[in-house]
Amino acid sequence: MFCGLEVQEIARNQAGSPLDRRSFLKCALASGAALGGGAALELAGVAQPAAGTGSGAASGTQDDARFTVEAKFYQKLAERKIKCKLCPRECTVGDKERGYCGVRENRGGVYYTLVHSRVCAAHIDPVEKKPLFHYLPGSIAFSLATAGCNVNCKFCQNWDISQSRPEQIPAEYIPPQRVAEIAKQYSCPTIAYTYSEPVIFSEFLMDAADAGHEAGVRSIVVSNGYMQEEALKTAYGKMDAVKIDLKSFSESYYRQVVTGQLKPVLNSLVTLRKMNKWTEIVYLVLPTLNDSDAEFRGLAQWVKANLGTDVPLHFTQFHPEYLLKNLPITPVPTLERAKAIADAEGLHYVYIGNVPGHPAQNTYCPKCGKMLVERVGFTASQMLIRKNSCPFCQHPIPGIWHA
Amino acid sequence: MKTVRNGSRRDFLRQSFAGAALLCASGGAEALAAVEPVAAKSGAAGAKSRVVVAHDELLRGADLKVDSGRMLALLDRAMQAMLGQDHPLEAWKSLASPGETVSLKVNTLGGRGISTNVLLVAAICERLQQAGVRASDIIVWDRDSNELERAGFHLAMGGERVQCYGTDRVGYEENLAAWGSVGSRLSKILTQRSSALINVPVLKDHDGAGVTIALKNMYGVIHNPNKYHPDGCNPYVADLNMLPEIRNRMRLTICDATTAIYEGGPGYKPEHCWNANSLLVSQDPVALDHTGWQMIERKRAEKGLKTLEAEKRAPHYIATAADDEHRLGTNDPKRIAIVEA
Repeated sequence: MFCGLEVQEIARNQAGSPLDRRSFLKCALASGAALGGGAALELAGVAQPAAGTGSGAASGTQDDARFTVEAKFYQKLAERKIKCKLCPRECTVGDKERGYCGVRENRGGVYYTLVHSRVCAAHIDPVEKKPLFHYLPGSIAFSLATAGCNVNCKFCQNWDISQSRPEQIPAEYIPPQRVAEIAKQYSCPTIAYTYSEPVIFSEFLMDAADAGHEAGVRSIVVSNGYMQEEALKTAYGKMDAVKIDLKSFSESYYRQVVTGQLKPVLNSLVTLRKMNKWTEIVYLVLPTLNDSDAEFRGLAQWVKANLGTDVPLHFTQFHPEYLLKNLPITPVPTLERAKAIADAEGLHYVYIGNVPGHPAQNTYCPKCGKMLVERVGFTASQMLIRKNSCPFCQHPIPGIWHA
Repeated sequence: MKTVRNGSRRDFLRQSFAGAALLCASGGAEALAAVEPVAAKSGAAGAKSRVVVAHDELLRGADLKVDSGRMLALLDRAMQAMLGQDHPLEAWKSLASPGETVSLKVNTLGGRGISTNVLLVAAICERLQQAGVRASDIIVWDRDSNELERAGFHLAMGGERVQCYGTDRVGYEENLAAWGSVGSRLSKILTQRSSALINVPVLKDHDGAGVTIALKNMYGVIHNPNKYHPDGCNPYVADLNMLPEIRNRMRLTICDATTAIYEGGPGYKPEHCWNANSLLVSQDPVALDHTGWQMIERKRAEKGLKTLEAEKRAPHYIATAADDEHRLGTNDPKRIAIVEA
């Protein structure tokens, strides 16, 4: 027992969906469900109080001082108002009110995060599940989240935690040092900030990354990249790798489906490039909404021109969720069309995701065409890259391949 | 089906005094009359939406505290004028029947300074009970129990008393309720413990939405109100009020304008509050919001402040709520009958 979280079991796991509270509970209850690849950690204390319904009253309260820390990115205004400088939304928040994310509150003119160390989901995942394909393949990451998000994607897989306020979600107090200790204890080389939207728990993420680095554990973040430049530099500057969900290449889609903006996300990708952060991009393909040839081509051309041809780009399959249950699952040929367009534009590492067994989950040398990393589900079953190069033709393969 | 008339001030006063006399004569325990359904909703061709503005200049004593007796009398006058009844209990009986569970959605974000007045809620509960609703079938609620307490309410859950607690005690529905731009989990107090809903908001300026009165008070019913503040809460407020779970339960809005705020809301800013000593009552939340908005504008003008339009925060969601897609009521002054009481 530690931090109120009881480690019940370490099982082999290939769970396919991102961990939300529901799947977490399912996982915890089905303790014998040993599947292939990667290690999964079951932490009973976090999800169980909700009993998979998300409907019960959460144990935490808004006044729980343990989770409340002054926010780092905001500006004080007159009349006890503040302007949040964390994301491009720049919420102006009056006294007693919260920003759009629902996890930051103005109390008498001082802005606070309510989710520092307030972990509502925790798991050990294969790093391929993030997905990061060019970062320590075959390794595992201690993955965690708090409640909240700074956008409201109509297709969110984890909406029951991302679109809730922290007091509505059962959570455990896991301070940064404990995060690092848990990662170390379970031989995770990496802490992953994921599931909901790490932008909104930046202060916790930064402190946990510092604690992790002191303990020899790296940090990665799975984010929408909808962030102000200074906040991004400060918070994600502490990350060892970043995965950005580029949800579309259209402003209207961002406005209507994501409730955000495209331009700041593109700016974030360029900034990360300038910071020399290892970055991969995921593009979730929604039938009829962001699956045109023109959009795929525009995206690939922009990536090539602004980030280069070596940035991994994952086209992943959509499954109906949240407010878009009326759409079908993305047809595999649509994903293959997207990949073909991006390949033709000259990108070297274009993957198809959420389609187990598809050959486009593997990494191939762009020069000799030989398979270098073979993946089955979220498991890297074969890893041939040596000294950051193809063992067959010695072509350099970009990424962080070895610890 | 009884139709509420557009009464003159004289009619109203006559009714009001008659009601008061009856109340005195019977000690407030009159025999119950048959429940009469209410039919004063807006939208019918040619009909006007009635908004009662009841005012008592002497609502407060010398210490500026609200007098409970005068509050009850003010509520009675407002209800009689609203529902065209000669006696306050008749008005309440036309709204709620014995056996129904009646919930009062208050607004307690602003702490003691600018939340729904406890004495107003007590007066409503008293009249509901006299109309035959059991105390334990009345729920006073908002999103959070701590906020209720900070606003001066005493929590009560279980037993034969009037119930008072926040959604934090019972949670939200698992499934989403969706309409237009809104997809939210609804409070179980609304969906599972309320057969009738009485909205008891406060008359407030709002730094983002322009004003927060009746329609926007429903933000306290959902789990994710923070998602619906962009663009001056438009069209989110209107879309939210379209949810059948809300619309089908809503019986009446009694807006607390005893203390109101014309600038710097929704939090408590004592320097921008005024003792309006009034109640606004209507079955048309759009008409009530439009009327309340104009009251705030008049106060802003009196204080030398710009209009909300000039400050680029006019509450456009009110017009959206009235449009052909929503039809939640009317914002057309020509179709609103303001009855002073």
